[in-house]
Amino acid sequence: MSHAVSLAPGQSRGARRLLIGLAVVLTLLIVVAPLTYIFVRALAQGWAVYAANILHPLTLHAMWLTTITALIVVPLNIAFGVAAAWAVARFRFPGRGLLITAIEIPFSISPIIAGICYLLLYGRQGLLGPWLMANDMQVMFALPGIVLVTAFVTAPFVAREVLPLMQAQGSEQEQAAITLGASGWTMFRRVTLPNIKWALLYGAVLCTARAVGEFGGVSVVSGNIRGQTNTLPLQVELMFNDLNTTGAFAAASTLTLIALVTMAIKTALESRRG
Amino acid sequence: MSITIAGMTKSFGATSVLRGVDLTVADGELVALLGPSGSGKTTLLKIIAGLEWPEAGQLTVNGQNWLDLPAQARRIGFVFQHYALFPHMNVRDNLAFGLTVRPRDQRPTTAQIRARTDELLNFLQIPHLADRFPAQLSGGQRQRVALGRALAIEPSVLLLDEPFGALDASIRRDLRRWLRDVHDQTGSTTIFVTHDQEEAFELADRVVVMGEGRIEQIGSADQIHDHPASPFVARFMGAVVELPVTLRAGRAEAPGLDTSALDRRALPDGPATLFLRPDAITVEPDATSPWRLTEQTSTGALIRLLLDGPGGARVMVDLPRHTAPRLSVGAPLRLRPLAGAIFPAARSAPADEPAPVSALKEIRL
Repeated sequence: MSHAVSLAPGQSRGARRLLIGLAVVLTLLIVVAPLTYIFVRALAQGWAVYAANILHPLTLHAMWLTTITALIVVPLNIAFGVAAAWAVARFRFPGRGLLITAIEIPFSISPIIAGICYLLLYGRQGLLGPWLMANDMQVMFALPGIVLVTAFVTAPFVAREVLPLMQAQGSEQEQAAITLGASGWTMFRRVTLPNIKWALLYGAVLCTARAVGEFGGVSVVSGNIRGQTNTLPLQVELMFNDLNTTGAFAAASTLTLIALVTMAIKTALESRRG
Repeated sequence: MSITIAGMTKSFGATSVLRGVDLTVADGELVALLGPSGSGKTTLLKIIAGLEWPEAGQLTVNGQNWLDLPAQARRIGFVFQHYALFPHMNVRDNLAFGLTVRPRDQRPTTAQIRARTDELLNFLQIPHLADRFPAQLSGGQRQRVALGRALAIEPSVLLLDEPFGALDASIRRDLRRWLRDVHDQTGSTTIFVTHDQEEAFELADRVVVMGEGRIEQIGSADQIHDHPASPFVARFMGAVVELPVTLRAGRAEAPGLDTSALDRRALPDGPATLFLRPDAITVEPDATSPWRLTEQTSTGALIRLLLDGPGGARVMVDLPRHTAPRLSVGAPLRLRPLAGAIFPAARSAPADEPAPVSALKEIRL
């Protein structure tokens, strides 16, 4: 289809070549080269060392923690996203505009701020700290804190994908299902869900990618305790600071692989959604 | 199922959509709710369906209070303007939906559902479309499926919201006749909403004209045409010519106006407004008349005249082209209406009653 592009009068072939060339060079420099370099460095000392680095107990623990976090956060945010999108798309209520804005907040706030907010709320010196301590509940520097911050940072993804679709589709199909005798749950399962499933999956994929890669917020609330509260991105930083470059790159390569798989799924879903 | 609606009011925020509606629909009747957009007709339909709830009023069906029943329990068939078919199900599954969502103990067996959908596909004259998806159907086919899906649950009441609004004129005419047949065969009480007079009068046993949240008039085509109950109905029925007149002994009088063809009305003397349809006026040469012909155009079947009169008044007259007299622009003409509606001035000039859309469209032609 490229040869079918016709040029407007006064538009030179040179300008087109320049723009395409620029795009290619920048993509190579900014995206492809660093990504390739991760794998080059990770494998610099051979597969055996790479495997040993990946299978290092601390790295394995970090992977496990990241997986657990994602497994809790993604379903949580799917539920939140669908509920919020449904509420906003289907009902008119006081504070609706506020809710739409609130859904977007995590996008505009730096994750580190979110981390600090949670620390101030749940930390030992925080607002709820004494009560939590008295009831023997550890939120900060433990899994609950990591999950909370990750959930905050990734909250908008599903809602943002599902909401526009639900608004565009309107509620007539759902009303039709109700008049035909469907209960609320049957309507959701058989009419609402099939209509939003691709957007929902797409949002879930983006949410997963972000949950796995989250660094700033988690670094504040996790306390960086080796083998206990280090997620994979934190582990990468830690090994890098320890001058264990190959180890850092090996751990980073797993994160990169996850990101690439996510991209592939995302692209497949986009073509599916047409 | 007979439906009784009494004193129904509904508003969305500060906007009153229904301002006290009373209506009774007899068992097996086919009733049209006719009115311009914003008249509250769709809201009334949705309240009967259980998709909206009124602020006040009663809705009784066969003696049962339906405002206590959720939509699911009312067993109504609702056909949406844009069909609202389920895009991820084929035609057969769309038709079967109402049967498959029943509680387990009331649900027909798979074989029974299959037999029922086969029967419906034949009834709808679309057996060849059973495996198609809604996106692969034409507008008329979608409309049939939407109606079939509603009929599948053997509804107590059938409600249709602008059922032919999104279709071509020719398909619309066919489906209209077909819907009438469907109604006669199923015998279900049917209410449909439309803004199209022709549709309402051709299809319905009774037409309910609505305007601004109230019922303006209920009647047959002839009744509403010949005796509009209010200026609103007169305008909506196409009486776009409004002439200020003086009533004397039940007869409307104005310079250049000959009302001898109109019946005398039992109305008090005084100022009034005469509402006329452009095709119910004839003209005659009259040198003493203040009306002058200013424009003359042909639509093929009709000659459309524009006349200017006293105080900048302008009147449109439609004459059948083959019987129209030869007229020249500037000629003084007398207006001789053949039919019209008269309302005393106090009722005829309320500022809060805007001319209906259809009338405005006609003027612009």
